[in-house]
Amino acid sequence: MAVILDFAAQVAQMLVVLLLAPLLTGFVRKIKARLLRRQGPPLIQPYRDLIWLLHKEVVLAENASWLFRVAPYLIFATTWVAAALVPTFGTGLMFSWTADLIAITALLASARFFLALAGMDVGTSFGGIGSSREMMIASLAEPAMMMIVFTLALMAGSTQLSTISGVMLSPEIGLRISLGLALLALIIVAIAENARIPVDNPATHLELTMVHEAMVLEYSGRHLAVLELAASLKLLLYVSLIICIFVPWGLVPTGAGHAGYVIGAAAYAAKLAAGGLLLALFETAIAKMRVFRVPNFLGAALMLGLLGTLLRFISRSL
Amino acid sequence: MPALIDMIDQGRKIPHHRPWARAVVHSDVWRFAASQLAETHWLLLGLWGDTHAVHMALLEEGSTGIGVISLECADGRFPSVGQTHPPALRLERTIRDLFGLEPTAGPDPRPWLDHGWWGLRYPLGARVGHPIEGYSYDFLPSEGESLHQIAVGPVHAGIIEPGHFRFTANGETVVRLEERLGYVHKGIEGLMAGADLTMAARLAGRTSGDSTVAYGIAFARAAEAALDIAPPPRAVWLRALMAEIERLANHVGDIGAICNDAAFALMHAHCAILRERVLRAANECFGHRLMRDRALPGGVATDLEASGIACLRALVVEFRRRFPALVDLYDNTASLQDRTVGTGVLQPTLARQYACGGYVGRASGRNFDARRMPGYPPYDSLRFEVPLLEAGDVNARVWVRIREVEQSLSLIEQILNQLPGGPICADVARSGAGPREGVALVEGFRGDILIWLRLGGDGKVERCHLRDPSWFQWPLLEAAVEGNIVADFPLCNKSFNCSYSGHDL
Repeated sequence: MAVILDFAAQVAQMLVVLLLAPLLTGFVRKIKARLLRRQGPPLIQPYRDLIWLLHKEVVLAENASWLFRVAPYLIFATTWVAAALVPTFGTGLMFSWTADLIAITALLASARFFLALAGMDVGTSFGGIGSSREMMIASLAEPAMMMIVFTLALMAGSTQLSTISGVMLSPEIGLRISLGLALLALIIVAIAENARIPVDNPATHLELTMVHEAMVLEYSGRHLAVLELAASLKLLLYVSLIICIFVPWGLVPTGAGHAGYVIGAAAYAAKLAAGGLLLALFETAIAKMRVFRVPNFLGAALMLGLLGTLLRFISRSL
Repeated sequence: MPALIDMIDQGRKIPHHRPWARAVVHSDVWRFAASQLAETHWLLLGLWGDTHAVHMALLEEGSTGIGVISLECADGRFPSVGQTHPPALRLERTIRDLFGLEPTAGPDPRPWLDHGWWGLRYPLGARVGHPIEGYSYDFLPSEGESLHQIAVGPVHAGIIEPGHFRFTANGETVVRLEERLGYVHKGIEGLMAGADLTMAARLAGRTSGDSTVAYGIAFARAAEAALDIAPPPRAVWLRALMAEIERLANHVGDIGAICNDAAFALMHAHCAILRERVLRAANECFGHRLMRDRALPGGVATDLEASGIACLRALVVEFRRRFPALVDLYDNTASLQDRTVGTGVLQPTLARQYACGGYVGRASGRNFDARRMPGYPPYDSLRFEVPLLEAGDVNARVWVRIREVEQSLSLIEQILNQLPGGPICADVARSGAGPREGVALVEGFRGDILIWLRLGGDGKVERCHLRDPSWFQWPLLEAAVEGNIVADFPLCNKSFNCSYSGHDL
């Protein structure tokens, strides 16, 4: 019975992230629209868009290779797996031993690799621009992410997310400078990775300024639907990651009953909404930065991560 | 250096050309004018074709002299002005495309407006030609290591007007930008020929939708000059009122749109609300949101009621209350300032060489406003300042707009206070026979609009040329973008906000 419940919880987690991801995107869009005194599309609009795109014919460039057609599914699969690994409402899931931060980073890196290749595959100038900018961002965001992982691993003694959130929940952890630095760095990395303002503008129509959108400019129909869903999943992943590491309160521990899961789910939903709200507020209050400022911005994340790691070496209490 | 007026006196003066003189000159005088342009002693206001002639409108700054010189091209050729004065290049290519008149020793043999889709050549010329076989268009080459080209448009990802931009870039840095325009050529000058004044005024108002009032006024003034009639004072004041409302709406919209291109949507949303208020007020006062077809030869079509005056006063009060907060928001958002300051710098020498008007010119130190020089009523009895900045970057163009919004608000108030009574339209029944010509220079929100008009003996339009301010701003965009990064182009482009429709005609 316990095995069945555990398995059900694991499947539920996989489905929850998949079903919740478009809602989070829709929620952020709605909040942004309300902040601009607009009505905004309904919350379920991203779902409608996905269904609509799935019914559309796929238009392929004449010189598109097999990679161009396969890439969306690869990107979607890796992103989904990565998103499903992050503890959302509970820690003690069946496959939580696989929920390793380094594994998640690697999965996202391979998704990005395929996306960049697909962007260049058709040979349009925009795809190339997008891919080159994406790689520039990645080359700084990934080391920063690794630094954050090291800081956390030094503190928790593990790179496994369940363990890390367990340690964070324990009373002896307290407020630490290195944790604050890691949180700040992770937020910067999350903004850059999800192509949000000020690094990229997810709502732009200006081809020349696009990063993520430029790479998917040639996609249509179900390919685009899958890529949009993957992008939503990635946003959910990062918000969940920040939640489970830095605000783990309410996470359902191993072997909790049904009531525990309800509380865990409610706490997760509330934290997700708060995350979406903060993102929308931040994005509304700031203009996009020049492409060449992005390295400085991400460099700050890298330095913060490095500082966090070093502080851990200097003193156990920092 | 001879004065412009002396040179015109040397030529064969054309009677009934008002308000400035036109003279038919010899080709050596034409060449001399081109050399004066090259040394920027004079500035080019317009260069346009006719069936057997070319005309050039010149401005002599300081002496407030404006004149038109014409050269008859018996053999279908005329000495190229663009050879020594680059601002004339695209105008000459247009003359060739529309009239088949060939600029001798013209440096650029490529077509401009003609994209090979018309099914004929030289549509306005003396003899209509067959379309070009195997039409092709070569962009100017850029040589160097690791350069790559980026082709943008004419179909864009957003819903904007069509234009093609060919970038040559080194990584992210723009080495060269070349524009290709003409996708929205509507043949307005062809449709004008043979149209009566009412029809022609409607056509003029449809040249560029955002400047419809300014075009309406420019056409009306050209027609009134040709017919030598004066519109009633109330009409003159109402025209200025509409022009300032149009300027207000466009500038506020532009300020928001520029910020939106830096992904600062907050400013865009607030400015869009203000713009909407202006358009609704215009609708209430004049019965049309953009006030199209309201300025007609002889006067204006709609009178302003007392309720309209109250509506506009309320609008000014609301603007005074809300606009300063938006200016503060723009000025105090560091991330936004980081994008606009120092981006897309236009050198003052270029602005002067191209006689570039409007906010583009005024942000690069060119002190020119058609409302001041040559000036036209009722602006001679109104107090206003022409904002002037030297920096020439996107930020300066935003600030010129902000200052002009403030000036327009003040002008609207002054006009409402001093609005004279009386009729709003005079009779334009023809007085006097024979061909009559008129020219007008009117300040639209983008800059000075030049309209030159020849009316035939039957009172119908024989030839009408409309020169949008964008003709001298589009080439400068190419210069301003050079050395910037590719991703900053939309910001530069928006800060210029040139008209596609008005340019392509």
